[in-house]
Amino acid sequence: MKTMDLRYAKLTLSAVLKAVVLMIFVFPFLWMVSTSLQTLQETTTVPPTFVPAVPQWNNFVHAMQAGPFLTYARNSVVVTAAILVIQFVVMIPAAYAFAKYRFAGHRLLFGLVLLAFMIPGQVTFIPVYLMLADWGWIDTLLPQIVPFLANAFGIFLLRQYFMQIPEELVESARLDNASEFKIIWKLMTPMSRPALATIALFSFVSHWNEYFWPLIMTNSNSVRPLTLGIAMLRETEGITNWHIVMAGNVVLVIPILIAYAFCSKWIVKAFVYSGIK
Amino acid sequence: MRNHALWEKLRPYVMIAPAMAGIVLFVVYPVLYLVRLSFYKYNLMNKAKSKFIGWDNYRKLFGNDDFYKSLVNTVWYTVGVVALTMILSLLIALWLRRSSRWNALVQAGIFTPHIVSIVSIALLWLWMMEPSHGLLNYVLQSLGLPTSTWLQSSKTALVSVIIVSVWHGIGYYALILVAALQSIPPSIYEAAALDNAGRFKLFFRITLPLISPQLFFVLVIMTIGSFKVFDTVQVMTDGGPNQATSTIVYYIFRYRSTNIGYSSATGVVLMLVVGALTFLYFRLLSRKLHYQ
Repeated sequence: MKTMDLRYAKLTLSAVLKAVVLMIFVFPFLWMVSTSLQTLQETTTVPPTFVPAVPQWNNFVHAMQAGPFLTYARNSVVVTAAILVIQFVVMIPAAYAFAKYRFAGHRLLFGLVLLAFMIPGQVTFIPVYLMLADWGWIDTLLPQIVPFLANAFGIFLLRQYFMQIPEELVESARLDNASEFKIIWKLMTPMSRPALATIALFSFVSHWNEYFWPLIMTNSNSVRPLTLGIAMLRETEGITNWHIVMAGNVVLVIPILIAYAFCSKWIVKAFVYSGIK
Repeated sequence: MRNHALWEKLRPYVMIAPAMAGIVLFVVYPVLYLVRLSFYKYNLMNKAKSKFIGWDNYRKLFGNDDFYKSLVNTVWYTVGVVALTMILSLLIALWLRRSSRWNALVQAGIFTPHIVSIVSIALLWLWMMEPSHGLLNYVLQSLGLPTSTWLQSSKTALVSVIIVSVWHGIGYYALILVAALQSIPPSIYEAAALDNAGRFKLFFRITLPLISPQLFFVLVIMTIGSFKVFDTVQVMTDGGPNQATSTIVYYIFRYRSTNIGYSSATGVVLMLVVGALTFLYFRLLSRKLHYQ
């Protein structure tokens, strides 16, 4: 009987502890939403207000009027979508060539792909900025899109995946007179859906959240993405209007959190997969 | 027919051409350009007036206290984030390794911050760490603990940034370790149970060695990532107070328009550090792929 009690106590303790840990990671987001609906006065009370007396939906209007937020949102969407499309068009044939053809210099060229993976934007941004300024690209969206046209990580991962597809399948398709284009489009791509989904999710999350690169590459609001717009709220709203800053923050975070709520299993799998493969 | 043979030869090059063009134009060329810039006193207004000055930028860099301060901060930040994340994510992974709905929910919760923009995370914690009205000090106070000045004093600022980064990244690493733990065949534990091995012995003799490749992987990618830290610092502290949270990338960022040559020299130093770490990572990755 004693051991039964002990086991129950242990189970309960573990469940409580799990709830506490879960709260440590989830509560800050709830707190963000709560603050975004409070009045300025409510944000300064002790003890803090958890449920605002009257939800201040106006805070969102206020935050969105602090800057050209429609433009920021449009820029974020255009940049992320363009990067995803271009990366796939560029990546799939390159990964196929590296996986299935042997050609002079393929080792050296693949070495360059790995090199690109190693060199972060924090190293290359000065020369790239000078170059793009020379081209007159600053103040367009291009500096946020074109430098990412080759996704080195994606090429690396997809090549591994293509290499695992049996050579016999490709050969028999060739015997059936299928063109290489058809082989890629009808055979390789459908068979590597998990890898493509991984790369797409990864790319989407990292470019939607990008802060450093647009900070360097933009000089005017007309080309800035949401991340920069939200960060600037803090400067324009001073250091007291936290309810407005949090309202802006909610706008930036909610799309990602909704996507996560619906396909968390997928996203988690994609991230873990890319981590261990 | 000869045309066809020629096309077969050229085809792979055509297929990789767009990707290689992107890599050459936006990685290879900029790296060479960066090295060149680091030997110049660059004139942004009039390029023709840029002057070759040899190793001067590097000499100045290694004689500059602010640079050392940023380097030391970056190293401390990296050590703090890596150590805390490794220990905590391993504990969490061991604790949540069994697949159950509850555990999956907690794992998903811990992972959530990882997919949210670092800007949002930084703003959110900036608000929670606000000394007079922030949530954290209120919680500390109601638990009877001393409050903190968090980001506003040079003593606690770096630690505060480390806490935020650990919170942001831990879910990802915990999940990688959970996957590693779940891939250990149960038969190994059953055999050990027959030998009456204790829990600690089990952990140090079986679990730890079996997941050591993933632990090493986590260690390397986290070290590289931490060395490039910028966003958190820029949004939360602007490198302050009194440069307590200035990091290498922040240092490069600070001089990016006022002294391009000097900034580039710092960039070269960062590249060498990150390059060495990433080289290690690829050695590891290719070895792992061989074994599978």
